[in-house]
Amino acid sequence: MKLSQEEVEHIAELARLALSDEERVLYQEQLSAILEHFERLQELDTDPIPPTASVLPLRSVMRADEPRSPFPREDILANAPAAEGGCFKVPAVLE
Amino acid sequence: MATSVLYQLTIHEAHERLAAGEFTAVELTEAVLERILALDNDVKAYLTLMPEEALAQARAADERRAVGEETPLLGIPLAIKDVLCTKDVPTTCGSRILENFIPPYDSTAVARLKVAGAVILGKTNLDEFAMGSSTENSAFFTTHNPWDLSRVPGGSSGGSAAAVAAGECLGALGTDTGGSVRQPASLCGVVGLKPTYGRVSRYGLVAFASSLDQIGVLTKDITDAAILLEVIAGHDPRDSTSMDVPVPDYNNGLGKGTDLQRVRIGVPKEYFVEGMQPEAETTVCAAVDVLAGLGAEVQEVSLPHTGYALPVYYLIAPAEASANLARYDGVRYGLRVDGGGLIETYKATRGQGFGPEVKRRIMLGTYALSAGYYDAYYLKAQKARTLIKADFDAAFEQVDVIVAPVSPTTAFRIGEKTGDPLQMYLSDVFTLSVNLAGICGLSLPCGFDAGGLPIGLQVMGPALGEERILRVAYAYEQATDWHTRRPPL
Repeated sequence: MKLSQEEVEHIAELARLALSDEERVLYQEQLSAILEHFERLQELDTDPIPPTASVLPLRSVMRADEPRSPFPREDILANAPAAEGGCFKVPAVLE
Repeated sequence: MATSVLYQLTIHEAHERLAAGEFTAVELTEAVLERILALDNDVKAYLTLMPEEALAQARAADERRAVGEETPLLGIPLAIKDVLCTKDVPTTCGSRILENFIPPYDSTAVARLKVAGAVILGKTNLDEFAMGSSTENSAFFTTHNPWDLSRVPGGSSGGSAAAVAAGECLGALGTDTGGSVRQPASLCGVVGLKPTYGRVSRYGLVAFASSLDQIGVLTKDITDAAILLEVIAGHDPRDSTSMDVPVPDYNNGLGKGTDLQRVRIGVPKEYFVEGMQPEAETTVCAAVDVLAGLGAEVQEVSLPHTGYALPVYYLIAPAEASANLARYDGVRYGLRVDGGGLIETYKATRGQGFGPEVKRRIMLGTYALSAGYYDAYYLKAQKARTLIKADFDAAFEQVDVIVAPVSPTTAFRIGEKTGDPLQMYLSDVFTLSVNLAGICGLSLPCGFDAGGLPIGLQVMGPALGEERILRVAYAYEQATDWHTRRPPL
């Protein structure tokens, strides 16, 4: 399984990762080698096997709907890279 | 014992002597802090030290003891892996992207330690976001193995394992997604226990792979592991995957003898493979003989899908990580690198904020989940996970516990595997299946290689089988003295 440069760029775009030229080359090589090693998984016949997403049985977890105090707004905003007027500040989304 | 060597004590020894009034929690904490100051420039186990807070907690513990309270962790100095949120104390996950993050709350595990009166010394180093097997992926520095400072301590909980081994704390919390408690415990010659998935609340644990992550303990012996687990285990309404099942008295459950009559122990043939260090095999076989000598019935078992655990794990864990780490977007917390527009800011922030291994795994996981590859990789891996779990279900019909090596080699040299991610992944080959199956496992010292590096024995049990694996491990520990060896520091 050999990944192309275009595929590496596409994955990085999906993952919102800016990569340097060196990183693109490195990840192309390394991910190709890793995926090649993983090819052995295709030997397994898994058609009749159900997937396991979690080892715990699927169940609904309910709790009483009681009001509770949230974290103070200033405590949460204290970690924000930029805040203004009690809100997170982000670059313009619309022109 | 002079107060200068109090750092050598186990948790239960320190507890007995604190209760007897031989020394105070403040004296104990000062002794451990001195040990840290003397050694940590070389070992580099800690990312953040909290000496003033620790001494204040120690004073509070002494006051509680003075009015009659007597609980096992009261005044015991512990370390916390820096992936668990600690209120008002930096929680970096070993990453530049969270270098300045200060949580406004405690993780449930840490909160329970505080209620129990433990003293929190600081936050320990780890591979970035717990992704790695050596701590070399920490964005800040590499932790060194106390047995040989030119070697890795294992990972990702390498800082916690090294701190316990070096006497820089009496016990520590770590996390184990694919072996990150057991493998560093093995490489540092300490005990490391990964509980059953759901046994310990993950609230306040920064998520890596949510279906696999579990908080575990690193200690000097099995009794200490039982004591620590009992405090942090149990249901938490803030983690819907935490099991609502009573927590046993793990310490009393150890039993006082070493009799293993009628205990059935399985040895999986798939865990003895070509390419492993010969001493890792011979030492574990010798440990199996010791268990048989204590009366256990030993039989070979088969876990036929073991060979698929590596690809299954390294598809599922990165897939979950790629989703979990989407939250680091430079908006609500952490680093922001201005890239011009919003999308460009996301990309620049994540490109600069994450280190090479984290980016590699995000890429791998994104690929496994992307259109056209989902069925062939992610879904295929989830189906194979069902087979791996079924292997254990079948084996635990025949035996009570399974014993095996923890790691195919002892501690490797710093830098030895950093150039080849696949080689690094292979160091987890014996620990991944336990997480995929959601069961419990521990590592305890069972010998040394010719170079004097520790070797661990893995004891695995079924879901909620902690009492069983602790009892078998305790019996082995009582029959041997490996757990009393300390590195020459």
